[in-house]
Amino acid sequence: MLDSIVQYSPQLLQGLWVTLAVAAGSFACGLAMALFLAPVGHYGPPVLRRLVAGYVGLIRGLPELLIIFLVFYGGTVLLTRMRGAYFEVDALSAGIASLSVVSAAYCTEILRGALAGIARGQWEAAIALGLTHLSAFTKVISPQMVMRALPGLGNQWLVILKESALVSIVGLEELMRKSVVAAGATHQPLAFYLTAAVLYVLVTGISSLVINLISARLDPNSTR
Amino acid sequence: MSFDLLLPAFSAILSGLFLTLLITICGFALGQAIALPVALALVSTRVWLSVPAAFYTFVVRGSPLLIQLFIIYYGLGQLEFIRESFLWPVLRSAVYCAILAIALNSAAYSARVVAGAIRQLHKGQFEAGHALGLTDHAILSKVVLPQVYRVVLPAIGNELVLVMKASTLASAVTVIEMTGAARLFVARTYAPFEAFLIAGILYLVFGALFGWTFKIIEARVAIPGR
Repeated sequence: MLDSIVQYSPQLLQGLWVTLAVAAGSFACGLAMALFLAPVGHYGPPVLRRLVAGYVGLIRGLPELLIIFLVFYGGTVLLTRMRGAYFEVDALSAGIASLSVVSAAYCTEILRGALAGIARGQWEAAIALGLTHLSAFTKVISPQMVMRALPGLGNQWLVILKESALVSIVGLEELMRKSVVAAGATHQPLAFYLTAAVLYVLVTGISSLVINLISARLDPNSTR
Repeated sequence: MSFDLLLPAFSAILSGLFLTLLITICGFALGQAIALPVALALVSTRVWLSVPAAFYTFVVRGSPLLIQLFIIYYGLGQLEFIRESFLWPVLRSAVYCAILAIALNSAAYSARVVAGAIRQLHKGQFEAGHALGLTDHAILSKVVLPQVYRVVLPAIGNELVLVMKASTLASAVTVIEMTGAARLFVARTYAPFEAFLIAGILYLVFGALFGWTFKIIEARVAIPGR
């Protein structure tokens, strides 16, 4: 049992690397989209506000696996029609695309909540000091927004790490998929799934520690 | 999009609705039943109770549900004593394994919420109960839990929707619930948009129904004037 785990450990670590890359890529894309959507959804005209709220509500109500399937199979059909020849979306792009769409919705909600918690006086003070609306947002409001959103965003990172395992179902060669392959080849499912679970727990545990450290560093009340 | 495929897609996906609802309701109910003792262990002052409970929630919340499902469905069958035990008929069935995995997963998340609400409760509540001569059991069932569950009701309603979303993973272990049925339909007809659109609408409708149900329960059990 230990022999086979040692034998397949390079494979598992390679899978772990893909897991981290997909999670980080999706989280970065989702956060970038949310940094644009959240201010629009909070300060924008009513029509745009409703659109953003609708997008968030829609994604939160749909199962993640369904979104992954929709992007993977739907993308394949669309691209095949466009090119006139069969073309399969690779699991990596489908995974990053679908997880980005999901994390964008959740991050938007987290940032919108953070914006709602900032006192209006912050805006008024910034404008009174002669800052333009744009620089008031970038220099005064957004740092406070990120500060307040940090616990929620940290949690979202952990969620996306675990959700990346779902992309294994459409064939992405990440940690989950590698452990399925190893389990099949060695007839040792229990050993490999437990090993993969331990690796996930390690990554999420270390992530939690780092998130707490960053929160402590950024806390304006802490003495550095 | 072709509209003449919508009706066959609808009937194909509807065939998986029963299993989706079965896994959702049973997984949720079993999960809540396990969550309460785990929550009580989490807030216990006895180390031999609180440490294992904390470890359990840490491990379950730190790894993907898909892995947990595979450990239960594919992994446990490897063990001789499991195969010979009375549990084997249950653990051999993919549907039961999905319900069990989702329940154990949901229990860890819910237990943290319930434990948090118990810790938030004012200490005076326990003291007043003791002063009135109530037994520990009576304090728990008549004083503490009614207040705690009123507080966590919105979170539990949210958990029901999350469990419904989790039930889609059962399609990864051969269960043909709605998502599995949609995927089979796509494999046959090559119409992903029609199939997943209908499945998505059904999930949204049931999510809204669950949400309303909990809104009504919240209104019914609310203490007037608080």
